[in-house]
Amino acid sequence: MARAKYVQILLLAACVIVVQLAATAADKTQYLTQLTMAGYYSMVIIGLSLLMGYTGQISLGHAGFFAIGGYTSAFLTTYNLLPHKDAPAVTVLAQCGMLLSGKDLYDADILVVQPWAACIAAVLITLAVAYVIGRPVLKLKGHYLAMATLGFGTIVYKMVLGTSLVGAADGLSDIPAFQLFPGLSLSGKSSLRIQNYYIAWGLVIVGVTLLLNLIHSRVGRGLRAIHGAEDAANAMGVDTAAFKLRIFVVSAVYAALGGVFLTHFNGGIGPSEASIMKSVHYVAIVAIGGMANLWGALTMGVALNFLSLRGYFGSHDDSVFGLILVAVMLFAPEGIGSTGAPTMIRAWIKRLGAREEPAP
Amino acid sequence: MNLLEVRGLNKRFGGLRAVGNVGFSVPQGAIKALIGPNGAGKTTLFNLVSGVLKPDSGTITFQGAEIQGRLPFQVARVGIARTFQHIRLFPKMSTLENIMIGRHVHSRAGFVSAMLSLPWTHREERAIRARALQIMDFLGIAELANSDAVSLAYGQQRIVELGRALACEPKLLLLDEPAAGLNMRETAEMAKLIERIRATGVTILLVEHDMALVMNISDEIVVLSYGEKIADDQPLAIQRNPEVIRVYLGENDA
Repeated sequence: MARAKYVQILLLAACVIVVQLAATAADKTQYLTQLTMAGYYSMVIIGLSLLMGYTGQISLGHAGFFAIGGYTSAFLTTYNLLPHKDAPAVTVLAQCGMLLSGKDLYDADILVVQPWAACIAAVLITLAVAYVIGRPVLKLKGHYLAMATLGFGTIVYKMVLGTSLVGAADGLSDIPAFQLFPGLSLSGKSSLRIQNYYIAWGLVIVGVTLLLNLIHSRVGRGLRAIHGAEDAANAMGVDTAAFKLRIFVVSAVYAALGGVFLTHFNGGIGPSEASIMKSVHYVAIVAIGGMANLWGALTMGVALNFLSLRGYFGSHDDSVFGLILVAVMLFAPEGIGSTGAPTMIRAWIKRLGAREEPAP
Repeated sequence: MNLLEVRGLNKRFGGLRAVGNVGFSVPQGAIKALIGPNGAGKTTLFNLVSGVLKPDSGTITFQGAEIQGRLPFQVARVGIARTFQHIRLFPKMSTLENIMIGRHVHSRAGFVSAMLSLPWTHREERAIRARALQIMDFLGIAELANSDAVSLAYGQQRIVELGRALACEPKLLLLDEPAAGLNMRETAEMAKLIERIRATGVTILLVEHDMALVMNISDEIVVLSYGEKIADDQPLAIQRNPEVIRVYLGENDA
């Protein structure tokens, strides 16, 4: 089991490298930009896949967590603290080395929060929000849970849309690059394209590894037991409410990290990232990839986000996702990555083969 | 010494008194049975002890500590494990994994240590697996380890549920109709298994409809009727108790 896990992760890493080399060789490195973005959206999707597939919870509010991450980081790294520099809180932050002075577009001096500090703040805020929302909401099941998380998503959307401090309908832009380490900068500059592709997929590989570790552990077994028979899991000593809350928080933090990184990569974030349609996209992708199938969800996440970001669906983007969701629910409710489709394809191949053989 | 003491337990559902002022005790190491006609309140009583329901009043004392009103997972942690009348195995998990869940209360890998795959969590996993296999061996179902639990034969599923509860290493084992749906041979095997489990030092409280089984293996029997205790005695005395005979067989003119 453990060995298979590492083989899968190595295969993913190999795919990432091969795609980059192929794109460079074919002189199509512009594709890497969308693959980078798809990587960050995949963070939302793998977290959601764990939540939906392994514990049977649904969330139509994950775009909200993505936005909380992205907006927190965007706001903190762009909001000029210079006019408040004598405020005690700002002085403390400065003394802790959490502030960064720079220049804005018009070459004026600004003082903002350091991106690492902003990223940690974004994660902590998401953690707190997910905990506070999750505690009451996860007592619900089925469509009630879907409705409640939908409500949460709507609230986040309306809040970012209506708050002028975060740019209202325009969102925030001119987000500075995120200097992860000296020489490794998270930004959308085309000269840093390959570097950023590896940052994104490095994050996804770390994210997948941690989730696979979780799945193949005592906790993962407990989560699957909750999905299978919640009352029995509880009777065996699994604190089902706490497990459901923690997995919800983990998936929210994954979404927020995707939001933080993508915002620095794009250099901006707008309210559309918090929209309900985004949440529906995420749920649709997880459903297509197959619940409780991290690899299926990841594959579908990359493929569909890539196609969508390249604009292949044009203005029919939402309709395409809607149609796919309907089709999947009708014909492959377990997802096309799960048992059904591969066996079906194998059966087809067999039947085709049988037909071609001349009858004796 | 009594492992479990139930005193003055009451539970109402709207106008229905499901359990009324019931008290009994389960001595350490005993097999005690709860019997009674349908609707007598046996399952409600079971659910009160295992934490699925909260009593309106009364106390449930386990090893000297009051546990009434605790949640099921907390009850499991003090050393009370249960099986279900309608088998509740975990689908999409192997028999071994189902039994490994029983080790949950005796292991501690949490979200952070599991995600980081810390070395001690792997040692713990190996110990969980080894103990689960040991239990399967004890129950004589070792060869089923890798089979899908919910596709097993009904009788085997009952034994897997028993194994899952035993993996908790409970001090008190609650069996909810362990022989329901079993044929005579399987019931006889189940009786032997329950005796063997008691021989390992586990105290057992069971609800059962199969009178032959109950009379055969129980040390003491509590009889319930309409939510009230009408008798609490040894099997032979229960069989001769006129009140018990009346509720089971009806009045003379019935």
